[in-house]
Amino acid sequence: MDLSAINPAVLIASLMVSATPILLAAIGELVVEKSGVLNLGVEGMMITGAICGFAAAVETGSPVAGFIAAAVGASLLSLIFAVLTQYLLANQVATGLALTLFGLGFSAMIGQGYVGMKPPLTPDLRIPILSDIPVLGEILFRHDLMVYVSLALVAAVWAVLKYSRVGLILRAVGENHDAAHALGYKVIRIRILALMFGGACAGLGGAYLSLIRVPSWTQGMTAGAGWIALAIVVFASWKPWRVLLGAYLFGGITVLQLNLQAAGVKVPVQYLSMSPYLITILVLVIMSANRSRASLNAPASLGKSFHASY
Amino acid sequence: MFMLEKRPSPSRFWTGATPILAVALTMIAGGILFALLGKNPLEAIRTIFFDPLFGDNAWYYRAQLLVKAGPLVLIAIGLSLGFRAGIWNIGAEGQYILGAICGAAVGLAFYPAQHWYIFPLMILAGALGGWAWAMIPAVLKTKFGTNEILVSLMLVYVAQNLLAEMAIGPLRNPQGSGFPGSRDLSQYPSAANLELIPGTGIHWGVIAAFVAVIAAYVLLQRHILGFQIRLAGQAPRAARFAGVKPDRLVLICMGLSGALAGLAGMFEVAGPAGKISIDFASGYGFTAIIVAFLGRLHPVGILLAGLLMALTYVGGDIAQSNLGLPSAAIQAFQGMLLFFLLAVDLLSNYRIRFGLKEAR
Repeated sequence: MDLSAINPAVLIASLMVSATPILLAAIGELVVEKSGVLNLGVEGMMITGAICGFAAAVETGSPVAGFIAAAVGASLLSLIFAVLTQYLLANQVATGLALTLFGLGFSAMIGQGYVGMKPPLTPDLRIPILSDIPVLGEILFRHDLMVYVSLALVAAVWAVLKYSRVGLILRAVGENHDAAHALGYKVIRIRILALMFGGACAGLGGAYLSLIRVPSWTQGMTAGAGWIALAIVVFASWKPWRVLLGAYLFGGITVLQLNLQAAGVKVPVQYLSMSPYLITILVLVIMSANRSRASLNAPASLGKSFHASY
Repeated sequence: MFMLEKRPSPSRFWTGATPILAVALTMIAGGILFALLGKNPLEAIRTIFFDPLFGDNAWYYRAQLLVKAGPLVLIAIGLSLGFRAGIWNIGAEGQYILGAICGAAVGLAFYPAQHWYIFPLMILAGALGGWAWAMIPAVLKTKFGTNEILVSLMLVYVAQNLLAEMAIGPLRNPQGSGFPGSRDLSQYPSAANLELIPGTGIHWGVIAAFVAVIAAYVLLQRHILGFQIRLAGQAPRAARFAGVKPDRLVLICMGLSGALAGLAGMFEVAGPAGKISIDFASGYGFTAIIVAFLGRLHPVGILLAGLLMALTYVGGDIAQSNLGLPSAAIQAFQGMLLFFLLAVDLLSNYRIRFGLKEAR
């Protein structure tokens, strides 16, 4: 075992890369849950995004087209969820599960022709001057575009929720849909838009996996990343910056266990691969043990169907 | 446009009719899907739903039907109890894996001794393994209020890694020339879960599934616990006034569903699968969720739904070899079924009124 082979700067830089898919999915889900909808189909939307992005990128040769296709594909899938839960008043938990089961099957079906292919390379942006700073430049300023997009999204979601009227309306719908409806806000329309945003973000996260992080397509490749994103939203108690913290903590654990595997620690690989999931459980327990604090931030109408009867 | 009007109580007619309507709609949508894949939709639907029952070699496929339906029904019965009470155990796949690991481990520990009590001990170990795995989210839920959906799901991935470790580590066949995978339990008479009546596909797991259906029916209709489960799901507040302890219900429902999933895994590993291997987990735990909903969380409904879902598996295999239909298409097809089911569920809870849309 050789722990000195682990370079901290490289570790942190790869942490950001491994956290990005989950960060993207989680920030989208945060917006969805803020609007009062619990979409458990993140995993299904991510894997759909992964294959849509992969297929589009391979066919066109452009990673950008891939990411756009991933966002569109996954947000179309989230539209199914939106119609079922918002218009047909289906149970949100069951519909979310259906979305995941369908997404896994559907993506495997489309992806059959793409197994073993290599996607076009997404170049790393070397930000001039900044990327030449020793250590810091290596950590922060030599990533691909999507890493910066994900960070910008977190900042944007935070600012919109906190400072804009749109954010205020979104939160109002999530806290008390009846009051928001009485004030004349289109509850269902707002929720559908939030769901589509969440879908697009999850799709981007999935495409990040298949186009940059892995990069190739295998069936079921998200391996629970969508569920971890859901857990991170709970961990973050619905606050954008804490989503960033949660995703990077999680990314850190993933990268560390991968590095430990490579360094040949005397623990079977399978036990190391379990660690991210076990730590997610641990974090959930710690967050929920403090009941009053965790539930204080949850949107009050989360998971409830809205039906205007008048 | 149309408007929805809530029914005072769910319509009895539509409660029974919606699953059939959902299956019909899924066949249409599935046909479109298969057509897009370049297959003849009518032929594909016929191959999936008709050939396993009445086509050539139907004697073989009918047996396969019971082999596939057994674990699905067993798991779905357990899940349905929790779902009725609003307790979402969606980690049945993990409990299924743990049941298989524990059951197989007990069997392999006795190898090559021959005793009558080995198989019963394996059954016990399988049920306990699944139960213990389900107790993790249950206890965390009751002690700390942790979300059982996320925890039980995370534990599926943990279980899958554990399965891989078992297949290449402790349970590996010492005479398997280093290949991953355990000894073949079906070749070990004291531990084998064999066909009880040759050619029918009926093994102990199928018997257990039937027993579970009857037991669940009696529990829900005639027992105070069944009443409490139904009450907790329909009116949580009223349930608390009636003296239902939510924590106790969580422990019981999760424990029961875990034990049944564990049993299903144990019967599978000792019978049709034969051994612990890396690709042992085949997604029964997730498909069982669809089975539970398709059966309207009712024991008899689940039995029928399990058989139907088994039909899509068996028919899907035939379609895969005869028509070249990708196996993932069946998975997507099953997911679609759940979508349609949830969509048409509206009809049992709401009346649809056509007319001009009022200003909202």
